[in-house]
Amino acid sequence: MTEEIIIAGFGGQGVLSMGKILAYSGVMQNKEVSWMPSYGPEMRGGTANVTVIISDERISSPILNSFDTAIILNQQSLDKFEKAVKPGGLLIYDPNGITRLPVRKDINIYSIAAADEAARQGLSKIFNMVVLGGFLKLKPLVQPEYIHKGLEKSLPARHHKMIPDNEKAIDIGKELIQAVQVL
Amino acid sequence: MGELRLMKGNEAVAEAAIRAGCDGYFGYPITPQSEVMEYLMAEKPHERTGMVVLQAESETASINMLYGAAGTGKMVLTSSSSPGISLMQEGLSYMAGAELPAVIVNVVRGGPGLGTIQPSQADYFQAVKGGGHGDYKMIVLAPASVQEMCDHVKTGFDLAFKYRTPVMILSDGAIGQMMEKVVLFDPIPRRTDEELIKQNPWAATGKPKDREHIIITSLDLDPAGQERVNLKLQAKYRTMEENEVLYETLNCEDAEYAFVAFGLSARICQKSMDLARARGIKVGLFRPITLFPFPVKQLNDLGKKVKGMLVVEMNAGQMIEDVKLSVGCSIKIEHFGRFGGIIPTPDEVVKALETQIIGG
Repeated sequence: MTEEIIIAGFGGQGVLSMGKILAYSGVMQNKEVSWMPSYGPEMRGGTANVTVIISDERISSPILNSFDTAIILNQQSLDKFEKAVKPGGLLIYDPNGITRLPVRKDINIYSIAAADEAARQGLSKIFNMVVLGGFLKLKPLVQPEYIHKGLEKSLPARHHKMIPDNEKAIDIGKELIQAVQVL
Repeated sequence: MGELRLMKGNEAVAEAAIRAGCDGYFGYPITPQSEVMEYLMAEKPHERTGMVVLQAESETASINMLYGAAGTGKMVLTSSSSPGISLMQEGLSYMAGAELPAVIVNVVRGGPGLGTIQPSQADYFQAVKGGGHGDYKMIVLAPASVQEMCDHVKTGFDLAFKYRTPVMILSDGAIGQMMEKVVLFDPIPRRTDEELIKQNPWAATGKPKDREHIIITSLDLDPAGQERVNLKLQAKYRTMEENEVLYETLNCEDAEYAFVAFGLSARICQKSMDLARARGIKVGLFRPITLFPFPVKQLNDLGKKVKGMLVVEMNAGQMIEDVKLSVGCSIKIEHFGRFGGIIPTPDEVVKALETQIIGG
């Protein structure tokens, strides 16, 4: 099993930390992982993205041009990465701020209104975990117990009191995600 | 098994230094390697092991602090990225001339000049062919993973003291910035002063009454003396070539073609190899791990088995010169590269193999 994922959005949306928690959870479940951020000028206020690979085997290139899954949190990233999803692959997007919808018919498309729902429940700061929950519903690559360990490892100790909220957000995401039909 | 963590390559360098029993780090911040010193400052190794971490006023100061500390037999490290490493070249030549052990990490970014902050391999010539003046070599290690960023620090110190030579770890902005799983080796205690003196009788550790002064220098105004220094260095380099070559091969047994690549490029080629093999192209991967000493014999042997080689580098064609010197002119050897911080994609590497080597 190898899952090649791109997570993309604005800097500050928790793109890199979502990737880190996913990757660390993979480590806890004894998978091979890589986490390759885009960094540099574009990280400061512009789009941010991270490539996460989780595999049972040694990982080759940490840098890819096509993905099994794209998790998209803004329009620029949708425009850039929709075409990079492998045929038969998965595209998840948060419709908040999306005006041009995805159009491909050869991939599986899901939407998750994570930003809105997280705001309603007072969890705006961790809306990225809602998105992660949606992804894990569709692709249960790592089990909840290892997600818990991944959260423990990737969050600094002073934030460990937030772990139950993070897990709640993941559960919300699992309920929230919906298939989208491209007409 | 050692401790398991998810870390950035730069952080792995820093943690490995503490665990290897390093006595001191001197550095100056520059992207994309600033996490090395950032991690060390946060970790406070002076409280853990007594290791000194010092932000110097410039890269020139860092390398000369390294020179001074190495002269006393201490185990010392610096890190920087391309423009900063250029500033260190004078000091590196002096250290090679004075036969001093140290590890220098170059997390390479795109050049020339101030260039970009994105990954590159364009400092191959500088690391392998000299960079500074005079006939000297450094052992050059090229990590391709975060695990190797960790392991090469320890290997680097071992080799630096074994041969009394500067050792360079030639990494790049991607290997430095990405996170992977790493198994950390168990901490090794720093050497005591007594152990240091016993293990390094050449070091300037203070003159007892019963022996002459130890003088650390790279200066000998008598050309006959300087020639002797050079002969000694060259003999040492031949011993390294004999004993210290490291490399890795993947799928070379049945290969008709081979990718030759180091560091990040080798990781990309591994993916390209999988893609090409899925299409029936029998291609293998040869990855030099030591860039000096270069795996001359092993590449020569591979050259007798395959029809062609594609040398993939994030530069305009540097290591390809050493590949050609190793293999000779009997088969087709071509270069594919991207420059200035652009990373080649696995697909375009396969296409280059098809057009430049198989169809070319």
